Amino acid sequence: MHELSIVQSALSLAVGQMEQAGASRVYAVRLKIGALSGVVPDALRFAFDALSAGTPAEGAQLIVENIPARFWCAACQREFEGSQLFAECPDCGELSRELRAGRELELASLEID
Amino acid sequence: MCKECGCGLPGENPVGISAHRHEHGHDHHHHDHDRGHAHDHEHEHDHDHPHDHEHSHEETDAGHAHDAAVATHRTVEVRRAILDKNDRLAKRNRGFFLGRGLLALNVLSSPGSGKTTFIRETIRALGKRLKTGVIVGDLATDNDAQRLRESGAPVVQITTGTVCHLEAEMVANALKQLDLGGVELLIIENVGNLVCPAAYDLGEELRVVLWSVTEGEDKPLKYPPMFQSANVAVISKMDLATACEYQRDVALANLRRLAPEAIVFETSSKTGVGLEAWCEFLLARHRSLKETAA
Repeated sequence: MHELSIVQSALSLAVGQMEQAGASRVYAVRLKIGALSGVVPDALRFAFDALSAGTPAEGAQLIVENIPARFWCAACQREFEGSQLFAECPDCGELSRELRAGRELELASLEID
Repeated sequence: MCKECGCGLPGENPVGISAHRHEHGHDHHHHDHDRGHAHDHEHEHDHDHPHDHEHSHEETDAGHAHDAAVATHRTVEVRRAILDKNDRLAKRNRGFFLGRGLLALNVLSSPGSGKTTFIRETIRALGKRLKTGVIVGDLATDNDAQRLRESGAPVVQITTGTVCHLEAEMVANALKQLDLGGVELLIIENVGNLVCPAAYDLGEELRVVLWSVTEGEDKPLKYPPMFQSANVAVISKMDLATACEYQRDVALANLRRLAPEAIVFETSSKTGVGLEAWCEFLLARHRSLKETAA
């Protein structure tokens, strides 16, 4: 529910990177959002449209790649995707002590001119 | 935007509207090179056009698409954390805390779970064993700071306005106002909210998530990101457990599924149950922090 703040940070970062690359327009913004990041992708889109207006990213496409929560099971020696975000191995039922992916809040790439 | 707390923008610094828009009309002398060179317009031109385009083109026979208006999109990999700036400031706070041998806690919960009373009673129970300072965040009012000052500890209130969480920079600013002389434990009471603050590292040593028996055994299941990130879970208002038919086994099993590593304390700020174990834990953590720092 803090998506406005998140998008504000992402846009600042994107525009900074665009300028560094000597460009003046952003055509697409690709984000990686983990299932355990606490961010709702739909709310991100809404915030992105509102906040990008009047910036070089106005009208840019927002592409959100959802990253599932992945845990490591020490007993089975394998990674598993946490169902309902639980750290419980679907095979042996052990609780994982190691989250390997799922907290991402990342600006992955940009399309610029 | 935020249904829970009316979360908004941090205010200042709207995204760079300043980004230069090249409005110069590209008056290049189109010498008739009607063939294709791959010209991607990356030369440095100063903004005082007209520029004379003295690059020598190696002309070939294919069609030349020399038209600045045709956008050539390119992809740049960024791979940076969106909250990169906050993460860097949090790291700085963490270094500051460690350098001073200061144990910092980030205390999080829903509104009304009993954070403020829990912190006040923790300070009382610690007494002279650990000198404590408090930073407290709220959208408005300094009521919590006033309640906390009853404990005798130095307290700084951060009023966030419309922002639904604390950020590392706010904590860094608050630290300048706090009398840290002799302080060994810093308790940061975050804004009452189980969603937004999860993403913001403040530089704390321990993230303490609190939930009261009145909120239901399934609270962790409803807020996975917050509980998953907890180092410590405090179940508060244990004095009301019977009245609200609290099912302890269910609550603890739910917590374990999300935060198997979290250390659990069951407390009542009213009767004092569980507070001594919690204080002992803080003392031990502070000792080991000082050993690390030394």
